[in-house]
Amino acid sequence: MTDTTNEGAFVEFQRVQKSYDGETLVVKDLNLAMPKGEFLTMLGPSGSGKTTCLMMLAGFETATHGEILLGGKPINNIPPHKRGIGMVFQNYALFPHMTVAENLSFPLEVRKIGRSEREAKVQRALDMVQMGAFGNRRPAQLSGGQQQRIALARALVFEPELVLMDEPLGALDKQLREHMQFEITRLAHDLGITTVYVTHDQTEALTMSDRVAVFDDGRIQQLAPPDQLYEEPENSFVAQFIGENNTMEGVVKSIDGDTCIVTLDDGSEIDAVPINVHQPGERTKVSIRPERVEFNKDRLSPDAHTLKAVVREFIYMGDVFRFRMSVAGNDEFIVKTRNAPDAVRLQPGQEIEIGWLAKDCRALDA
Amino acid sequence: MTDASQTAGPMLAADGTPLKQSLARSLRRQKLRALFLIAPLLIFVLVSFIVPIGSMLFRSVENSIVRDTLPLTVDALQSWDEKSGELPDENVYEAFVRDMIVAIENKEHTRLGSRLNYEETGMSSLFRRSGRQIKKLDPETDGPFKEKLIDIHDGWGDVKTWQVIKTHSVPITNGYFLNAVDMRRTPDGPRMQPEDKRILVKLFGRTLFMSLVITGACILLAYPVSYLLATQPTRVSNMLMILVLLPFWTSLLVRTSAWKVMLQQQGVINDTLVWLGLVADDARLIIINNQIGTIIAMTHILLPFMILPMYSVMQTIPPSYTRAAKSMGATNWTTFWRIYFPQSIPGIGAGSILVFILAIGYYITPEIVGGTKGVFISNRIAYHISSSLNWGLAAALGTILLAVVLILYWVYDKIVGIDNVKLG
Repeated sequence: MTDTTNEGAFVEFQRVQKSYDGETLVVKDLNLAMPKGEFLTMLGPSGSGKTTCLMMLAGFETATHGEILLGGKPINNIPPHKRGIGMVFQNYALFPHMTVAENLSFPLEVRKIGRSEREAKVQRALDMVQMGAFGNRRPAQLSGGQQQRIALARALVFEPELVLMDEPLGALDKQLREHMQFEITRLAHDLGITTVYVTHDQTEALTMSDRVAVFDDGRIQQLAPPDQLYEEPENSFVAQFIGENNTMEGVVKSIDGDTCIVTLDDGSEIDAVPINVHQPGERTKVSIRPERVEFNKDRLSPDAHTLKAVVREFIYMGDVFRFRMSVAGNDEFIVKTRNAPDAVRLQPGQEIEIGWLAKDCRALDA
Repeated sequence: MTDASQTAGPMLAADGTPLKQSLARSLRRQKLRALFLIAPLLIFVLVSFIVPIGSMLFRSVENSIVRDTLPLTVDALQSWDEKSGELPDENVYEAFVRDMIVAIENKEHTRLGSRLNYEETGMSSLFRRSGRQIKKLDPETDGPFKEKLIDIHDGWGDVKTWQVIKTHSVPITNGYFLNAVDMRRTPDGPRMQPEDKRILVKLFGRTLFMSLVITGACILLAYPVSYLLATQPTRVSNMLMILVLLPFWTSLLVRTSAWKVMLQQQGVINDTLVWLGLVADDARLIIINNQIGTIIAMTHILLPFMILPMYSVMQTIPPSYTRAAKSMGATNWTTFWRIYFPQSIPGIGAGSILVFILAIGYYITPEIVGGTKGVFISNRIAYHISSSLNWGLAAALGTILLAVVLILYWVYDKIVGIDNVKLG
């Protein structure tokens, strides 16, 4: 999280707060700076304030406190139609009484662009999303994926520098969604547009974004590139929310630089990286990704702590094996291994020892 | 099972009967059940609505009374040329006396008199007054009757009398419909009514015109209210909706009478205007017992019928459309006119049809606040039903009204498309 004004930021939220009823804050002290050309995703559970932030940026909601800057200029008092921000809505919001071409032509008409130039731009935008032949159709005659493309083309046709997308892929089936994720990122990068993308789907956030802002409780919990977010979550909310995760509770026994030893509630000890803990005796939640758990002792360092585990279930998933184990009183401990030629298939009931590299296990806030 | 499905010809079910037949049989029970469920309503509607309406519509052309009451006369008149300008022969008079004696016995001659009086004033008293004396005549011995009848009442010596009887002796007549459009049957075919009796076409025109004005006024008043209802949060819009529906819970008569109090020359509105000094005391506005009064009161009364369909259509327009338009750079006005308004048209259409059709047949309100200049065709129908007892004409007027509504509906369907009408 940044707290100072960033020179050269294209979009910037400065200490923004938002309340609808004057009693509770939906957005609490939001600070965010985005450089030009970035693809930033706001990710969070529903009610976390991410859509409100998007609506404030678009101008449909006003910030209760704080400044929103666009290209260095405050935009709090600029009405939405003068902000020049392209927007893609959750249900596409294609005007049902206009054809596809008329829909695309609309933002150009209100900008008083001449007919011939308008037609050329509309055609170019349609071609860009591979919908060149659909100009005369009505939105209702198109499939969900096609409507999605048109909505995208319409948000881009007037060449805005900033495009906002509010869960644009939510209504599509999985395969189409994955395809469109790719298309949207490709277009955004090719055209060099700055994009703010709101979603509650973490796969979408991880695969598409340059940076992801994880929202919860009206605050950005972590703002980082996808790999950092996944591998180095800064608090237990992010660790839980992004990807699959094993959590164990315990007390910090000792801290030694960038490693620490945590005593779990059943008395066993493990190695971890101290993130949100500062002194011995603090309660903590340690978090370890299922694919970073190791049960081949040869791959662990000799002095590493290990835990006793009982295999409860083996799930064959094709590319990976998934084991459910009982570890330190937790029956839902998950371990994943790649289905490699030398992979071991543990059988239910088998007792093994598991461990991990200290850097993969993070001691977070309790 | 045989390989029936592979042979040519109709598809067969497992037991060899044609598939269609066995499907129909299996569905028959369901259909009977459905019929059984709607039977009470069906019978009720049939008995209390369709049959009376049908018989009422039939009255607009039914005219057997002349032939039934004067069968011999009607036959005898066949050979008389009504355009000759001469009185009929003695045999017509004789037949007429025979018919009348029977009719007087059955007390039917006055009814016939009233019926023919719709066509020619004076016929009613002619029949009533001659009755007693014709009764004394003996058809076998007292002839010839021509002179005697003319002695009894000189009406029988008038060619016109016999023309009216002959012209209206047909069992199915277009006479009532001609009357309904200010025309009448004459021996020379349909002719316009005399100038001073032409009121119905004007009344039809006024009814249509005022209904249009009322519909227009309702659109203008209802649109902003519906928009507010559709865009406010539920708590506020529920409150507003109660205010809109409040008039529905008050008797129509009470509301209309309230308008009478409001609109009179010594009423609330005029008093307020005079008190404010906007209107001089000796120049109080005349806003009741004329068209203005009817338009004001009916607009108020029909307003909810415009608001409700508009509201239910506007409610389905997602706010994301207007947001999308604004994000693309459209001003508030452009957004409204190019995006919101076109999508609200089905609501306007539905409300307009509803209000117009209700207005065109409205009766109570024009009766109370309309005076003589602000009444509708329905008031005329009511007059013929309950005062003049000319049910045939009332039925013809009603039929025309029904036809006008159906034609307008058809035109609307052609232009706007009835599929675009949404009631929610």
